[in-house]
Formats: sequence, structure tokens, C-alpha cells
Amino acid sequence: MAEALRYDPLGPSGTWHRQRARLLVYGLLTLFALYYLLPLVVVILNSFRDLPDISRAGLIGLPSSFSLSYWPIAWSKFCVGGTCAGIAPFFFNSVAMAVPATIISTAIGAVNGYVLSKWRFPGSELLFGFMTLGVFMPGQMVLLPWAVVLGWLKLTNTTAGLVLIHCVQGLSFTTLFCRNYYVNIPDDLIKAARIDGAGFWRIFRKIVLPLSPPILIVTVIWQFTNIWNEFLFAVIFSSGTHQPITAALIALSAGGTSVHQYNVESAAVLIAAAPPLLIYLFGGRYFLRGLTQGALK
Amino acid sequence: MASLTLRDLNKTFGSVEVLRGINLEVDAGEFVVLVGPSGCGKSTLLAMIAGLESVTSGEIAIAGRLVNNVPPKDRDIAMVFQSYALYPTMTVRGNITFGMESRGVPKKEQAAALARVAALLQIEKLLNRKPGQLSGGQRQRVAMGRALVRDPALFLFDEPLSNLDAKLRVEMRTEIKKLHQRLAKTTVYVTHDQVEAMTLASRIAVMHQGRVQQFAVPRMVYDRPANMFVAGFMGSPSMNFVPAEVVADEGRPAIAIAGANGPAVVLPLPEPTPNSLGDRGRRVVLGVRPEHLTRYDRRLREDKPHLATLEAPVEVVEPTGAETMAVVRLGEREVIARFEADAAPVVGERVTLALDMARACLFDAETEALI
Amino acid sequence: MIAAPAARRLSAILPQLVLAPSLVATFIYVFVFCGWTIFISLSDSSLLPDYSFAGFHHYAELWANRRWNIAYTNLFVFGTLYVVGATAIGLALAILIDQRIRAEALWRTIYLYPLAVSFVVTGTVWRWILSPATGIESIVHHLGWMGFRFDWIVQRDFAIYTVVITGIWQASGFVMALFLAGLRSVDQDLVKAAQIDGAGMARIYRKIILPGIGPIFIAVLVVLLQFAIKTFDLVYALTGGGPGVSTTVPAIYVYDLMFQRGQMAEGAAAAIMILAALSLVLVPYTVWVNWHRRHGEAHG
Repeated sequence: MAEALRYDPLGPSGTWHRQRARLLVYGLLTLFALYYLLPLVVVILNSFRDLPDISRAGLIGLPSSFSLSYWPIAWSKFCVGGTCAGIAPFFFNSVAMAVPATIISTAIGAVNGYVLSKWRFPGSELLFGFMTLGVFMPGQMVLLPWAVVLGWLKLTNTTAGLVLIHCVQGLSFTTLFCRNYYVNIPDDLIKAARIDGAGFWRIFRKIVLPLSPPILIVTVIWQFTNIWNEFLFAVIFSSGTHQPITAALIALSAGGTSVHQYNVESAAVLIAAAPPLLIYLFGGRYFLRGLTQGALK
Repeated sequence: MASLTLRDLNKTFGSVEVLRGINLEVDAGEFVVLVGPSGCGKSTLLAMIAGLESVTSGEIAIAGRLVNNVPPKDRDIAMVFQSYALYPTMTVRGNITFGMESRGVPKKEQAAALARVAALLQIEKLLNRKPGQLSGGQRQRVAMGRALVRDPALFLFDEPLSNLDAKLRVEMRTEIKKLHQRLAKTTVYVTHDQVEAMTLASRIAVMHQGRVQQFAVPRMVYDRPANMFVAGFMGSPSMNFVPAEVVADEGRPAIAIAGANGPAVVLPLPEPTPNSLGDRGRRVVLGVRPEHLTRYDRRLREDKPHLATLEAPVEVVEPTGAETMAVVRLGEREVIARFEADAAPVVGERVTLALDMARACLFDAETEALI
Repeated sequence: MIAAPAARRLSAILPQLVLAPSLVATFIYVFVFCGWTIFISLSDSSLLPDYSFAGFHHYAELWANRRWNIAYTNLFVFGTLYVVGATAIGLALAILIDQRIRAEALWRTIYLYPLAVSFVVTGTVWRWILSPATGIESIVHHLGWMGFRFDWIVQRDFAIYTVVITGIWQASGFVMALFLAGLRSVDQDLVKAAQIDGAGMARIYRKIILPGIGPIFIAVLVVLLQFAIKTFDLVYALTGGGPGVSTTVPAIYVYDLMFQRGQMAEGAAAAIMILAALSLVLVPYTVWVNWHRRHGEAHG
């Protein structure tokens, strides 16, 4: 496909002309790549440097020391907001929040999508439109109601409370993703299965689910990444030892008047970023697909 | 007992009437083809028979049992879809046995039924493949296998050949016909292809604008089309239509068509004429199929007593190999005539045409119905 | 085999039954919660919800407030630069990548990763890089150029531009991905035809490819505006709204009013302003998309 764009038989492109253009293209790409990679490189390098080195050469300076000791400190010893158990407890808070919320919201979204695409009834399109409204709701609109509702349910400052919030908030996305994917499964398959005697759940299990891995991966990645990275709800509806890692990280890097331990903080930052970053590196294709669908509706 | 009965069937989507007053009786073992242009309602009708669409009013009975409110799985039917609708994640074996599994048929019976169908359709070697690994023709066979394994009271086909290329389509058509001859299962088959309808059907229901225009054996539909729509839809190239007027020729009934910038051409009608012919001066439409309009030859007279002759200029010549079609000008109209390949005219020639009035149809100019 | 009527009736409404809990949850989330916040904005709630009707005076107070004034001015400045910058860089990257370069996947991975990572994480790192004591300014000083200054992040009048730099850094890769998908979807026969007509690549982009992806421009615009209006974590992690209150944006201010200062009603009023701003972007877009779709169908 791209062949046609490159190859320009009628254009005035001599070899020299073309090579100069190539050079320009790669030069620009490299320049941009530096801008994008700078923060990542800085934080990785600094997680291995000692403090005198950092204060001498600055955070962006070339490292002249190397130690692996800051990672274990960040993980289990560093003091965050009064407790000195490192970032690990908060990491596990995030796991305990993001994993169930991802699974529950994806499962419900898949069934919803199945109903809204393959078992349409009068008004179901309208209901679908209504469900997608949730996608656009700014978090600020629901903060106060959630605070009250979590109080009623006795879920204030619990991981379960955050799971609930993320499930309800995620429903719109997961339903939207799955419905838009299932719409493309031919209706004839469902009809054939109905004539074959399969019912609602059997068709879902035997026909639709086996076709779903691509969209389930997209949805799971999308939900997990968003919930893991989410900050607003995390910082408002949790405190102390119940905080997910994003909220704890802010407390860590903003807290205290003492000298910044940039190396340990760098390691902590990387630990917090690791799960979504790894998912991105290994499932980038699915990540992008979710992003595009989530953004463009 | 009729295998399938449709009584006064109507279907509306919102305010749109898709089917109006459908009445059909399909006898046991029959192969009925519903044919019509896209949007005529034939696929909706089939979906209603299958139970995939609800009935707005009227009755559907399968093997004498009213099934209006019976879900598809309990109607004792099997269906082959245009897209084949093979379950993509299952093997051919899984596709064919899925229905039996859903119904809880014992494994042993499943295996026996599978073996029977696989042998019948010669797909034994494909059983462990996925649909994505099959060619178009193979998919078609598997789809039929899935239907055949049920041994249902009624087979439904929804344009099953339209996704195949032309050559394969002809082959599979023959195959379906053979299969029906062997199994003699009651079948309702939907297509937009009039050749398929003619070749396969024991009876054809021609549909247009949500109504059945004619329901008859193929020969009848072709020779005595109920109206101008049916006449124009069945047959390729289409039947020629020429406006005409009922006149008397030496006291005998005839029709007159406007000649090419000359006097009207008078064509005597074969006797006895239909009672509904009506009075002189009535406006009618003469329908002539291209094969009944050909180069005049004295020998033709011998077995065609109602031959009329007329002269017309040839405007376009289209050889197809076996025969040659030519567009000739008849009065204000262009009509298509068929010639033997070795008797083909040339452009500009004024050719003398023989018109077999015994095979011509007359339609009312207003109602377009056959006279 | 005929199922009992009750069972059949149940199976007929099974899909609706399955959907019902989600509908209820969404209804509560979208309408009840929205209505609730609107109601709070009209009450005299301060530290705790108070459901006596107090009229619109919190809106009046909000608009008279100097910090709110800073917040929406910042949103305009940030939003404009962010949308323009991210679109321009994203488009440039997309066109560069579209030149059949080597290791395309690698480049794309580099440009897109910022979106995978939380702003809390990247905001923290960018704060270090932009801070004059530890970041770019210090490294330039180390290199010997002592007069170099790059301290926008601690300058009241310039701090908002550091938010812009970071915002563009985060979003432009995504914009690139959207544009790239669009560029790749342009009918290659059009490009070939233009080449035969003797058009150079620059002209082909300007006259054929870019006009062909007009709808993507609008989608990108809407997505970026949405991001801009909702911006919270970025500012929180990068500047905390400071120095002073100079980088306060509406979302930060809402948080402050509701949970730091106990001015719930005014916070709710500010939240509704955010919703209004979003609607201002999304409602016309949705109408446009639907119109386009129907129009397209009518012609297709």
C-alpha cells in the first residue's frame, strides 16, 4: 500500500534528492523520539545513581555511579505518609482494586454488548445510546454523590469502594467496546444457532465468546490501564494505607521537607508505571485499538 | 397434507408493509422457489417461516401444526443461509453436530447422523477443518450438511448460491437438484436469480412489492406469466413489450401495432381468442419473448400455424456464440429478436421477422394483467 | 417439545432482564448523580451536604471568584495551545511515519508510550526535568552556560506553558495514531491517479490526502478538547496548581472547593461548568456525526 506513496515515477526525484529527503525524515523522527524518551530515560538512569552523583551532575546528567539498592528500598522500606513499608502495600492495593474491577466490568460489558447487538428489541438502540452517555461524564460531576453513596454502603476508604466506582464507571466503556465488536458478527450465525436449538446463554458461550478474544483483550487492557492509572477517585476516596499506588506516589514525591531521594523515588515511579507499561509493550496493538475506539466512540 | 401452509400472511415494520396477503400451500416433497427482485419481501417471508421474524397477522402452519408462536428450534426446520453462517470457531464436525448437541441427542446417534451426512455430501475429509480453511463450494456443502443432519420436515434455503462464482454456482445448483431428487424433502428456496428458480423449482412463487404475483409450475410462469412484472422478470433477455390495440382484420380478431413511420402492422390473433379479449379499440400490450421473434423462413410455417410477419430495421447485433440477439426497431419501440448464429442479420439490414402469435402474450395496458 | 408458557415468556424477556442491572446502574450514575450534583450546587452545602434550596448564588460567587477566573483563563490558554500543538506534532509524525520508514512499529511504540503511563508518574518526572534546580537548566549550567535560564515551572506567568509542553508530549502520539490510521485508509488509487497527473508528494498530501481525512481532524479536535477540559492529574502532579494558584484549571479548582476548603455547593457549581463545557464540545459533535452517518447512508 505504502509503495504507491513512496514510489513516484513521474516526480523529479533523483537518487540524491531522495536520499536527502530520507535523511530529513529520519532526522526529524529521531528528534521527536528524544523528546518522547527523555522522561523515561531520566527516570530509569536515576533509579540506579547515588544521591551525591545526582546532586553533582543533575538529574539529566550522565551517571557516574551504579547501584541496584534503591529498588528494594523503594519497594519495601521507603517511608510514605508515615508508614515505612515502601511502595509495595500500595502496589498491592492497586492490584486488589484493578484486577476485580477489570474482570467484573469486562464480563458485564460483554453480556451487555451481546444483548444490545444480537438480541435487539424495540428501544434497545436508544438504551445503547443512553449507556454510552456514561463515557463522557466528567469525574467531577459524580464525586459528591459517590462520597455519600460510599458512606451509605460503609465502603468509604476501602478498596471495595473503588472497585464499585470503577465497575460502574467502566460499564459504559466495556458495553460500548463489546457491542461495537459484536455488531460485526453476522446475525446469520445467531439465527442458525437458534434454529439449531441453542438458547440465549448457549449461543453466548458457544458462538459469541469463542469469537471474542480480540475485543476482550482490548477491553481488559483498556480497563486495567485506566483503573491502574486513575488518580482523581483514588486520591479522594482513599487515604493512608488504603491508597492505590497513584495516590501514594503523589504523597511520596510531594510530601516531606527533607531532601528528595531522587534515586528511590525514581525506582518507585517506575514500579508504579511498570504494569501498564509492560502491558503496552506486549499488547500495544490492542491498547491502541481500545484507545481509538474509546476516544472516537 | 400440505407441508407448509401460509394463510393471509402480513408483515409490517413500523408503518412499512413488507408482505401483504400471502397465501401459499406447499405440498410434501415439493421444491418451491420464492423469486423476486431485492426488497420484494422474499427473505422476510422465509425468516417468518423459520420463526426468526414475528408474524404481524395471518397464519403459518408446518406439517399441519400452527407455528406462529413456536420458536425456531421447535419448528422442525433446517435452514441454509446466504452467508452459510458456519460457526467460525468450530470445526466442520462441530458445526454439523452443534444442533444435535443443543438438543441433547445421544453421542452415538450424533456420530451416526454425522457419518451419514458426510458421506452423502462427500465431506468426510473436511470434518476436522475450520470454516476459514474451506473453499466456497466446500462451505456450501458443510452448510447443507448442517441442515441435512436434522432430517427436518422443511428445508429453507436463503439465496444459498449467491456467494459463489458463476461456474461453481451452476455446479452446486445441479447438486442441490440431485439432492432433492434423492431425498424428496419439502423445500422452500429463496433466490433473486430467475434461472435458479426455473431450473430448481417444482413450483415458483414470483414476488414483487410484498405480494405473490404468480404461484405456478415453471413452464406456466414462463409461458403464461400472470402479469407484465412476472413476464419481464422471468427470462433473459426480457420479454419484449409493444403497445397495441385490439382491431378486427377481415372480421377476425387481431391487434395492431404502430409501424415504423408507416401504417400500423396488423397481427391476427390465434383462435379461439380468450373471452376477456374485449372490444375493438381496447389498449393492450403485446408481450413477445425474443425466441419467438426470429428471421422469417418459409419452413417455419409448417409447424407454426399462427406465424405473423413484419419488417424491421436492425440497430444492434449482439452475438453470444450459440445464438445472436439483435435489437430491431418496431414502431416507437426497440425490441430484441433471437437469431440462429448462422442466420444472424447485419446492422442496417431490414429483416423480415416471424412472430409466433401462438406464444405471444397480451396484457391489459392499464392493469398489466394477462388477458 | 413445547416449553411451558411461563418458561417461554421468561426466555423471551431474558435479554432485557440481563441488561436491567447495568441500565439501573448507568441511570443512577448518569442521571441521579448528575441531578444530585446540580441540586447540591443550588443548596447551601459546605462541609456536609445540606439539602435546603439556596438558589443560584453559588454560581454568581463562582464567576466572581478570582481563582475561577484564573482557572478558566488557564483552560483557554492551555486548551488552545495544547490542541494546536498536539494536532500539529501528531500530524507531522503521522506523515513522517507514512513515508515507508524502517522499523515503523518501533517508532510508533516510542511516540505512543506516554499514553500508557499515568500522569501521576510522568508528571512527577517532568517536574524534575523542568525544575531549574534539577533539570534542564541545571544540566546546561553544568555544561558551562551559566547564564541559561529555563525556570518556567516556578514562574507564575509561564508555569502554564510547562503544562502545555507536558500535555502535548502525552497526547501527540495518540493524535499521530489517529492520523496515521486515516492516512492509510485513503484510497491508494486516488494517489496513483494524482501521480499520473504529475502531482508531487507535497501537493498530493495537501490536495488529496489531507482533505480526504477531514472527519479525522474533527475527531482529533473533539478528543483533545475533551482531554483538555478534564485535565486534572497532569496539573496536580506537575505543578500542584502552583506556583501560588497560577496553574489552577477548573478540574483542580473543583477538587479544591469540594475536598480542601469545604465549599461543596460552589464546587458542585464549578463541576457543572465543566460538564457544560464538555457538552459544548460533544453535543455538536454527536449531532454532526449522526447527521453525517445518516447522510452517508442515504447516499450509500
